[in-house]
Amino acid sequence: MSGHISPKSTYLTIFGALMVCTILTVIAAFINLGDLNFPVALTIAVFKATLVVLFFMHVKYGSKLTKLIVGTAFFFLGILLTLTMSDYLSRGWFTSPRGSTAAGAITSLTSPIAAGARPLEETPRNNSPK
Amino acid sequence: MWLFLVTEVMFFGGLILAYTLYRIWYPTAWALGSEELNIYLGGFNTIVLIGSSLTMALAVRSAQTGAQRATVGWLLFTMALGLTFLVVKFFEYREKFQTGHVPGPNFRFEGPESPHVQIFFSLYFALTGVHALHMVIGVGLMTVITIMAYRKRFSPEWYTPVELGGLYWHFVDIVWIFLFPLLYLVDRSHHIL
Repeated sequence: MSGHISPKSTYLTIFGALMVCTILTVIAAFINLGDLNFPVALTIAVFKATLVVLFFMHVKYGSKLTKLIVGTAFFFLGILLTLTMSDYLSRGWFTSPRGSTAAGAITSLTSPIAAGARPLEETPRNNSPK
Repeated sequence: MWLFLVTEVMFFGGLILAYTLYRIWYPTAWALGSEELNIYLGGFNTIVLIGSSLTMALAVRSAQTGAQRATVGWLLFTMALGLTFLVVKFFEYREKFQTGHVPGPNFRFEGPESPHVQIFFSLYFALTGVHALHMVIGVGLMTVITIMAYRKRFSPEWYTPVELGGLYWHFVDIVWIFLFPLLYLVDRSHHIL
């Protein structure tokens, strides 16, 4: 096999960039960005990983098949993360006035009559018959 | 090799997914747990591991250009850095055992949210443990490849083991690139606490 031979300067430049990013991620962690700290840390990590994959692992000069396989990995990882997070992060969205996220409660929000729900003030918290 | 790395991406991806969910559920516990980790040792190991990726890339380059002695040299350098990482990791683990931060019946954490901090440490040990296992395997592979290089098995026409060993090593480096901010750098600015 005769792969692409990068000059040493490329590797040293990438190494330098990775070091700079490492320092950046530490600095960013000590700055209060609120909810943005986690996304910022992940973005820097993804950027560093991309540099390693493209230059250290030679994917930039690789065949289309190699690129396809690498793309597949991140595509399926994306599916795994997106679908799971879309479930867990949206669980609080359809909370009914009675504080339940059960399927019946969601139905009662969209069509109260069909679900047999009464207005909130008349609804006792405990529905079990006495 | 790439296909194997795809499976590895999914493996670590699943663990990091679990990590993310628990972090969303227990942000305070995550901040408290992360506070217990030594940022200097973690940062030092990050530099060591990225440095080992550089020497590995140079080892592959030496193999490509047929510089066999240099290949052996860079491989040994890479192994030395890998072992440095593992030694530091060993001292970090020993410190965790001494302070009782290892999940299990003897888990001790003075402070609020102790059970949830224990979950953080469970994921810490799962992620870093599996990563360290990959490092050990990597050093093992590297030993074989170094011996092959020493016996002048490689040429610019055929250096596949060096190339594939390099891919594996860079992958393990990438995993650590994610683990360092995810484990050591949670909420250092204290906006939750």
